[in-house]
Amino acid sequence: MRIILYLNQFFGQLGGEEVADAPPRLVTEVVGPGRALATLLQPDDQLVGTLVCGDSYFADHTEAASATCLELIRTLQPDLLLAGPAFNAGRYGIACGELCRRATAQLGIQAVTGMFEENPGVELYRHDVTIVRTGHNAVAMRQALELMLRLGRDLVAERPLDAPAVAGYYPHGILRPAIGRAVAARRATDMLLAKLSGQSFETEVPLPKMDAPPPAPSPLVDLRNKVVALVTDGGLVPAGNPDNIESSAATHFGVYSIEGLDRLAPEDYEVSHGGYDNRYVKADPNRLVPLDAARQLEREGRLGKLYDKYVVTTGLSNPLQNSRRLGREIADHLKQAGVDAVILTST
Amino acid sequence: MTPVAQMVGSHRIVTGNGIVHPMGAADATPQAELELRRRLLERAAAALATPVEDPTVLS
Repeated sequence: MRIILYLNQFFGQLGGEEVADAPPRLVTEVVGPGRALATLLQPDDQLVGTLVCGDSYFADHTEAASATCLELIRTLQPDLLLAGPAFNAGRYGIACGELCRRATAQLGIQAVTGMFEENPGVELYRHDVTIVRTGHNAVAMRQALELMLRLGRDLVAERPLDAPAVAGYYPHGILRPAIGRAVAARRATDMLLAKLSGQSFETEVPLPKMDAPPPAPSPLVDLRNKVVALVTDGGLVPAGNPDNIESSAATHFGVYSIEGLDRLAPEDYEVSHGGYDNRYVKADPNRLVPLDAARQLEREGRLGKLYDKYVVTTGLSNPLQNSRRLGREIADHLKQAGVDAVILTST
Repeated sequence: MTPVAQMVGSHRIVTGNGIVHPMGAADATPQAELELRRRLLERAAAALATPVEDPTVLS
């Protein structure tokens, strides 16, 4: 296998935080973890190059950094990209995850990285990238590299991976049918009896952990000269649903003009949301996106200035990963449009 | 659905008037509905100006 190793400025031995803005470069010497990796290779493996990039550079110039890295990778024609491992380093984890995802999607190259479970890169990328579970710092380097190499070999040989818990990577979120040891009713009863008698049991469906919310944004001191946007996850779209916002688990959001409108007229809108009885909102869309009242308050100087568009998506049954992405994308759009605050109305 | 909003970490939460018409009231006159809407929006505006730390339902 021809292998490329991606490292950040620290593991790539450029320096510390002072060179975290180093742009990507290809290094032919074997540096940092590359040395440990070299001892783990088999006779027909070859470490064809090491790609080093500063963590801040990648974070601040993701498109440019990715493009440069992919071009450098492409010239070496590797079979496998190994990135990191990043352990608990957040920017590094995100760079590794993003680069692996793109290498596979755009160049068709198999890629594996490694992260500690609390690395934010895990939740962001585990569905798209094979991420090996590592300890939280470089003490666990050798073990992590062994695991990354082993999974990389399986991926390159197109062998199906063992289950995440067995092979040591974070679940991709893929469900595979299998024959259970007993029918579900029996398994559920056994679980309940164990729980009631204080015995241990293992749930079949672990509920997602909610991260602690980020600190609350500071209150707006003077609303009068602020821009406020109306956003909804209730699926209220222009008649005809021009952007095909799905009525469940929407994958994207729509942005529609309310410029010059004093209210939302029922004949101009429809609802794409299968999770609530739509008729009241269809009869009067202002019951979901309160434009009529908002315009009044705007004229009275009590609500700042309304953004001239409203934003809509559909929250019904929307997987967390998707909702988080939508939230980030909507926030990016609104920030670029100069919006200061959001009133999000939800059914 | 305010408990869900609190659980997922929304910082400033104002309770709407029901799932099917959070900013409305099906059994009210249009005038009364508009007033309800105004009140809810005023609460939202006040919430934006209120310092909070944890997810908070403000009324």
